Amino acid sequence: MSMFGMEPLVIGDDILDIGSRKAVDRYCGNKAQIGLSQDLLMGRPGAFDVPNVKDPALYCSSHFRSTCGTGDAGQEIKFAKGTTTLAFKFNGGIIVSVDSRATQGNYISSQTVKKVIEMNPYLLGTMAGGAADCSYWERRLNLQCRMYELRNGRRITVAAASKLLAGTMASYRGYGLSMGTMITGWDETGPQLYYVDDDGTRLKGKMFSVGSGSTFAYGVLDNYYREDLTLEEAIDLGKRAIYHATHRDAASGGINNLYHVTKDGWVKIHAIDVNDMHYEFEEEKRNEMSS
Amino acid sequence: MSYDRAITVFSPDGHLLQVEYSMEAVRRGSTVVGIQGKDCVVLAVEKRATAKLQDDRTIRKIFSIDDSTVLAFAGLTADARVLIDRVRVEAQSYRLIMEDAPSAEYLARFVAEIQQKYTQRGGVRPFGIATLLTGLDPPNQRPVLYQTDPAGTHSRWKAQVIGGNNAKSLREFLEKQYTADLDEAAAVKLAVQALMEVVDSGAKTMEVCVVRTGGKREMLSESVVQSTVQVLEQEQQAAQQQQQPAE
Repeated sequence: MSMFGMEPLVIGDDILDIGSRKAVDRYCGNKAQIGLSQDLLMGRPGAFDVPNVKDPALYCSSHFRSTCGTGDAGQEIKFAKGTTTLAFKFNGGIIVSVDSRATQGNYISSQTVKKVIEMNPYLLGTMAGGAADCSYWERRLNLQCRMYELRNGRRITVAAASKLLAGTMASYRGYGLSMGTMITGWDETGPQLYYVDDDGTRLKGKMFSVGSGSTFAYGVLDNYYREDLTLEEAIDLGKRAIYHATHRDAASGGINNLYHVTKDGWVKIHAIDVNDMHYEFEEEKRNEMSS
Repeated sequence: MSYDRAITVFSPDGHLLQVEYSMEAVRRGSTVVGIQGKDCVVLAVEKRATAKLQDDRTIRKIFSIDDSTVLAFAGLTADARVLIDRVRVEAQSYRLIMEDAPSAEYLARFVAEIQQKYTQRGGVRPFGIATLLTGLDPPNQRPVLYQTDPAGTHSRWKAQVIGGNNAKSLREFLEKQYTADLDEAAAVKLAVQALMEVVDSGAKTMEVCVVRTGGKREMLSESVVQSTVQVLEQEQQAAQQQQQPAE
């Protein structure tokens, strides 16, 4: 089977067909591939409606292009990866730290967005880019992970989960999806961290930061990161990096949600308003100056 | 894509006759024996006599599916070739998507799924083969033995026989002789002993493959098989001689 470069969309007659067995069968029937295992069908889309225009790919890419990177088409709804999310691996597991601001151009549409998607008790995904894209596809990934678990009697690895998502993104390449996410969890090979984005890039790493504030976060992370951080130090680092990014990046702010991924699953550590952090760090600076 | 009438339909008393007929085709195939040992699985196949002018190196009955997964079949050779290729592709797809080797259970389930699909679609007939598949079990990397049949079921076995007219009696023989935790030599010996009930003696009529814990596999050389055959023949003769004085 091929994961990439196939005809991704079948225009369904019935909107209720979306994601249904009927649509999948029709799609597979078209390719006369009787022998595809259910597990590996998971990377394929069901039937989705597309804009009722001559060239849906062109329409999507010209109207929904992200402002981060290749520029936008001046459309009303700006898909900016205006956010700061970060995750890093250390000896005690993985820290995932994100902000919670959503912007539409200059308008702050929300300060309380949940940018960490709790896919299941042992897998976390972060959100950057189109909120709907991230949220939907990561919940869809959760469905696939659960099906894998039921069919095979064991949990899916983080490598495989991130690969499924990357394959899905690659098959929708050019259709204007906007998603920059980190998939992280702890499986039998240990703690794992993968970066997956909307053009199908998938990278394994020890530290990633995604979003418009990522450059600021990397500055702080690169300065203080060590593999042998204690848990308190790691939490402090995750907190500080987000604070500094929200301080300088207009598109990031709100609340810092911080998670710790352990052998037994993830744990939410805190949800602190970054404004409060500002005064906390100011106080810290003042104390250091006087001592 | 037009279907004619479905070929596999229920009979009034609840049988799928086409599936049962395909099991008959399996019975006409040559025998395959599979034995699960402590740290290995042994697959032994009957090699039927080939025509004089035929190059018998091109007649293969034991196929590798992946690094540590091996499949032997009984039944229609052409059907097997098609199915084996599908499984090989699936194993590589699995490796690409999951970044891990597929387990024997997964591949056996895949083969069974295909075999079942062909019993429930219009215009096609079931595959006329049963397979014995051996590969590794993920947690401890120990080899396990699975069987699939034309109906599309798959199950795990400690020892199993497929193909040949005497499969049933061979299974009874194995039930009597099988013990758990056989070491490799004992498992090979039991497999060869079972085959010897149905084939003419001699290493030329059988092919034996061993898959070991950790994934190493080996096609036993003719000389090793021949020596096992000789040992068994000697034991048989000794057993016969012992009986004679009692008469």
